[in-house]
Amino acid sequence: MDCDVKIRARNIDFYYRRSRALKNISLDVLKKRVTALIGPSGCGKSTFIRLFNRMNDLIPGARVEGQILLDGFDIYHPKTDVVSLRRRVGMVFQKPNPFPKSIFDNLAYGLTITDVRDKEFIEHKVIDSLKKAALYNEVKDRLHDNALMLSGGQQQRLCIARCLAVEPEVILFDEPAASLDPISTRKIEELLLELKNEYTIVIVTHNMQQAARVSDYTAFMYLGELVEYGDTERIFTVPKEKMTEEYLSGKFG
Amino acid sequence: MRHFRETIYKWIFSVLAFASLLFLTGIILTLFVESYPFFVRHDISESIFGLYWYPTYDPPEFGMLTLITASFVVTLGAMVVCIPIGVGTALFLQELASASQRAVLKPLIEILAGIPSIIFGFFGMIVVAPFLQRLLGIPTGLNAFTASLVLGIMATPTVASLAEDAVSFVPRSFREASLALGANRWQTLTRVVVPAAGSGISTAIILGIGRAVGETMVVLMVAGGAAVIPHSIFDPVRPMTATIAAEMGEAVMGSGHYGALFAIGLILFFITLAINIVAEIISRRFRLKLGLGR
Repeated sequence: MDCDVKIRARNIDFYYRRSRALKNISLDVLKKRVTALIGPSGCGKSTFIRLFNRMNDLIPGARVEGQILLDGFDIYHPKTDVVSLRRRVGMVFQKPNPFPKSIFDNLAYGLTITDVRDKEFIEHKVIDSLKKAALYNEVKDRLHDNALMLSGGQQQRLCIARCLAVEPEVILFDEPAASLDPISTRKIEELLLELKNEYTIVIVTHNMQQAARVSDYTAFMYLGELVEYGDTERIFTVPKEKMTEEYLSGKFG
Repeated sequence: MRHFRETIYKWIFSVLAFASLLFLTGIILTLFVESYPFFVRHDISESIFGLYWYPTYDPPEFGMLTLITASFVVTLGAMVVCIPIGVGTALFLQELASASQRAVLKPLIEILAGIPSIIFGFFGMIVVAPFLQRLLGIPTGLNAFTASLVLGIMATPTVASLAEDAVSFVPRSFREASLALGANRWQTLTRVVVPAAGSGISTAIILGIGRAVGETMVVLMVAGGAAVIPHSIFDPVRPMTATIAAEMGEAVMGSGHYGALFAIGLILFFITLAINIVAEIISRRFRLKLGLGR
């Protein structure tokens, strides 16, 4: 069991100025599995996954206590290279955020910033990533059009492809379908199920059914605390905590 | 009764709103009417490309090329000063400055923007010109270079604050996307933020140019006032605005000289109009590009 742990969070406390947003959270994310974080909005699930690629570093007045280990290495160690950490731990955001550049340049961006110059390699990587994100067939004739011309769902798959092009080991999804229509949402979910064979996936969602459909493990958070964590099927059928049961049955949320 | 009052209010505000339109029309009309006799009596291209501005000779000569060149040279020089400083300030404020640095810098820039141009002219005349004259060993400190420098400093706050707005319009999500892909701050700035804000920054620069082209007091005081084509940037020049300001008081109403000054005003008006139109087109494209609507 232990060798399959990709990310291990130990006693995480997160402070935003004076307020304590996360309270003593410990959780193991398993390799090549989909782990879902659910809970009512404001419970700290997005804040929590943003610790895994240190996106919270950008927030002034934020402070982390505890340890997060990626393959056993402390990502908050002063000597950790944040840039290479973020290449290993990719992220897809709630709102699709393609750059106002061409589809091709969006995908090539992650490669060219590391001084990859080989044009053939870049092109191969771009096409390969678009295929993996199930977008290639829709855009193959207009790779040099502006990415903002795509629909919301296509933009989000572009963002996933852009993330894949960098070859991360872990992908964090922060409510990736929250701003999408049901059909686009389904496409994203299908994609998630395919990607889990190759990547370790953590997904934040406020949609319980989505968590049930795509994830292997589910963590339920409430007011900055981890209430319950375990096998998705078990959590949804026989939750141990009364609060989990009440949330899943729609008594609050 | 209530209905009647609402009608009155509606009329009052409509009139106020249309007042500026009225003024604009009045100004354009005056420029055309007063310069019309000049254009009837003189060939336009001969005036614009004429080298000799001797309005009080007999017969007078109204060659405006020296004045147009002077405006052009001084504006170009001012751009060399205000673009790097202004854009650099904008990027620093938005991307690198700490909260306390911003709290100091921003008001300072606003104060700089609020200083009357006569003070800048005074500063250029009393401090910058003698200093440069001694430093470079040139015959006079009142020249195109000094004018460019002072004008550039004066236009910097305009460029800085407009460019800062443009940079702040770049959605945070672009920056996050870039950083999450493993880009460092410098790459994010140069490859995502600046291109995304590009046309907004261009608009800021163009409006800065507009400010420099139309500025009168500074060039009147420090440009030197010689109506000749400069051979070097350290020669004194006489820009269009300075010419009008200096000579309007002496020109006899209705004379050729009087009409010529209005003709210069008209040309100046068209130059600034063109600048504003270009700026508007670019900024509209900018908002579309970032998906901000019209």
